[in-house]
Parts: sequence; structure tokens; C-alpha cells
Amino acid sequence: MAMRYWRAAEPKRSYDVVVVGGGGHGLATAYYLARNHDLTDVCVVEKGWLGGGNTARNTTIIRSNYLWDESAAIYEHSLKLWERLEEDLGLDLRFSQRGVLNLAHDLGEMRSSLRRVNANALNGVDAEWLTPAEVAAFCPVVNVSPDVRYPVLGATLQRRGGIARHDRVAWGFASVADRLGVDIVEHCEVTGFVRSPAGRVTGVETTRGTITANKVAVVAAGHTSVLAAMVGLRLPLQSHPLQALVSVLLTPVLDCVVMSNAVHVYVSQADKGELVMGAGIDGHNSYTQRGAFHLIEEQLAAALELFPVFAHAKLLRTWGGIVDVCPDASPIIGPTPIEGLWLNCGWGTGGFKATPGSGWVFAETIAKGEPAPLALPFALDRFTTGALINEHGAAAVAH
Amino acid sequence: MLLLPCPWCGLREEVEFRYGGQAGIAYPADPDALSDEEWADYLFMRDNPKGPFAERWYHVHGCRRWFNLVRDTATNELLAEGR
Repeated sequence: MAMRYWRAAEPKRSYDVVVVGGGGHGLATAYYLARNHDLTDVCVVEKGWLGGGNTARNTTIIRSNYLWDESAAIYEHSLKLWERLEEDLGLDLRFSQRGVLNLAHDLGEMRSSLRRVNANALNGVDAEWLTPAEVAAFCPVVNVSPDVRYPVLGATLQRRGGIARHDRVAWGFASVADRLGVDIVEHCEVTGFVRSPAGRVTGVETTRGTITANKVAVVAAGHTSVLAAMVGLRLPLQSHPLQALVSVLLTPVLDCVVMSNAVHVYVSQADKGELVMGAGIDGHNSYTQRGAFHLIEEQLAAALELFPVFAHAKLLRTWGGIVDVCPDASPIIGPTPIEGLWLNCGWGTGGFKATPGSGWVFAETIAKGEPAPLALPFALDRFTTGALINEHGAAAVAH
Repeated sequence: MLLLPCPWCGLREEVEFRYGGQAGIAYPADPDALSDEEWADYLFMRDNPKGPFAERWYHVHGCRRWFNLVRDTATNELLAEGR
């Protein structure tokens, strides 16, 4: 008999909280609502299958070495949750703290990298600066020769950074949330919102009927704007394809994560053996979940300059996801101008690492009815006050 | 890769262009009169539809001129061209 990780729940007519979006962040939100706040009258609705969107399409890199205090706090909280998540969920997530290198290829990048190492140290985030020789010792397959167009001038290293198996993360949050009483309803697309005469959101219209709720929490990544438009809400988000690819399975050759902003590729080797590589976003707005081949060409050119040995590797598969990019490359978490409607979005190109932290702070925000301290700086109103949190440098994905 | 119709150069590959985002966002006529909310709306808030979208493109590696397209963001179908 096949084991089920979660029940295929029939949606009830009414819940305390409906979470829209059954990716990692939505499932983590439901899990922490139940575990940290005793809110179990919760339903997660997912238009497709669980964890079939960006959760299964990202390159699984986990780190917390962001520049600003607000970001360091939330991403480091998330990393600390990762460090005990396998025990929390009772599931092997293939979480591997193998270290993340962020290479620097010019003087400006070196200076900003060193600044980030110092900023990280002040925030209690582990960070080191490696010289090219130290990079070569830590990761021998990186070409640190000065005879290339963009030589490696050094790198930051976060030893506690690493990777995990993305689908198991979704399954882990789903199975424990389910056991705590959360209903997980797949193939249930939100087609509209139920509003009170005063405008408050009091539920969702779905392809499986109307579900009312005291609070509706939208965690829909690239499709957030589509849902927000249903209630006339405009957001500072643009949806773009972000592509990734894997090689055929290879014997172990790379035992850390390497990211390069300047020549632009980020790569690790999964436990099964494939090289997992990510690109920059496609520049135009799109919901097609596919991008242009020239971005793959650029990313592979970068990979070959950094790792000449990869010339032997054959490409196995490419794909795209739709990421919701914010002007300051930071997320939006918290209430909206519409009562009853809560948002967790804008994670853009870097949401996977934040999965447990995002769920933790969003659950706290929903449960208490006010922004959690770690979420407060990421409120939607920062675009009005001007208190942006510019993480384009630390985001390390071109956009 | 998209093939884009530059009104002056004809169909060219996407790599020759830079994206300019939503079309029709006009610089405020009287910036000093705007509230913070109105500034935020002008600077940051954008439509992001899954469907027809009026957008700007810049033929940066060609004639270096701007033009407008209406493209379906769900299918990449071009629905209208304009200067």
C-alpha cells in the first residue's frame, strides 16, 4: 500500500484561516499556524499539485548572508530553523551545510563582498573572505587562473549555507501540518474573493466552491498580482521567468555551492549527482514558465569559464518558474489595505532559503493580527515611506 | 527567444532589445503636488497581468529607439504594435 504524506481533504465551507498557495511558504505558514499558535482550523488551497510551482523549480540554495540588518535577521532566523527542521518534521530533507561561495570578479565586487562579510559578522551571520588561493583549496574545480576574462579575485564563504531537497521540504511541511489538523486541498484554484459590504475579504471563490474565512493569507509567488487584481490591489511586483537546468548524473565533483554574480551562474551538485545551475531572470514580464535559450547559453558560458571540467557534462533538462520580483529585491509580508487579506510575496529569485522563516513570521503575523517583529520592516507600506531594503547585491541573481 | 517587431528595423531577436516595463506611465505633471502615496504609485506600483500587457521595448543594439507592444504574458502572442 502506498503511504500518503497527507490526506486529500475535501474543503469545508468555512475556516479560521485560508492559505492560498500550496508551495513551501504556504505549507510552512500552515504548519507554524498550527504548531506555534494552535490555529488548526486552517485550509491550504493549491491550484495545481502540492509543491509543483517554484518550490520544485528552484536551485535549493540556502544561506543567510544578506547585507542589511532587517534581511540578515529574517534569513538567519530561517537558517536556524533549517538547522533543526529535519528533526522538527521527522523527515530526511537531504539538508547539507556544505558551504556557499559567492565569487568576486572585480574591485567593486570585492569591496561590496568585504562590506557584506563585515555586515554579516556584526549581525551574527557566519561569513569569511577567501583569497583566490583559499578558494582553490576550498573548491578545487573552480578556475582561479588570472588568464580569464573575469578572474576570481576572492569569494565570501558562508560555511553554514548549503542545499536541501526541495520536494521533500514541501512534503515534510504538508505531512506534519496535515497531522496537526490542517486541510490541504489540491487542484483548487482561487477564482475570486468573497467581500463583505464594507469591503472586508471574508473568503475565497474556488473551482471547488466558496470557502469563507476570518483571514485569507495569499502566498502565491508569481501569481500574487493576478490574485491581488481580483480585489483591485496594485502591488510593486513584476512576474518574470527564472530558469534553471541540470546536467546528467555525474560522480561527485563539486561539494559546495558556488555563486558568481558577475559572470552569472550559481551551481551545486545534488545528492543524486546532477549539476544544478541557475540563470538570471528573463527581462520581460511573463507567466509562461519558460524562458529564452540565450539565457541558458549565457549561464553555461559562465559555468564553463569558472569550471572548465564541466565541458564534459551533458545538459539533461531545463525549466522555468515564475518569480515575483520587488523593486528592492526584498519580500512583502503583512497586512494589506484590504481588511481580512494578508500577503506574503515578493521573494523573487531567492525564496527557497527563506521557506521556514517566511512561514514562521507570516504565521505569527496572521495569528496575532499584526506584523511579527521580523516581518515588520517588510511591510507593503515601505514603498510609501521610502524605507526600502535594497538587497540586489546579496540576492545574487541578475534582475 | 522572442522575435520582436521594431517599427523601424523590422523583426529582430530579443537579445537586441532591453525591456522597459509597463507602457503609459507618465512623469507626474506637478511632482511637488503629489502625496507620498501618489509618489509610491508612480515609482513602484505596476500592473502585472496574466494576459494582454502594454509594454515598452528599447532597441538598444539597433536603432536605439523606443516603441510599444501589446503582448499576452501568458502566451507571448503579440496583439498590437505601436510607436
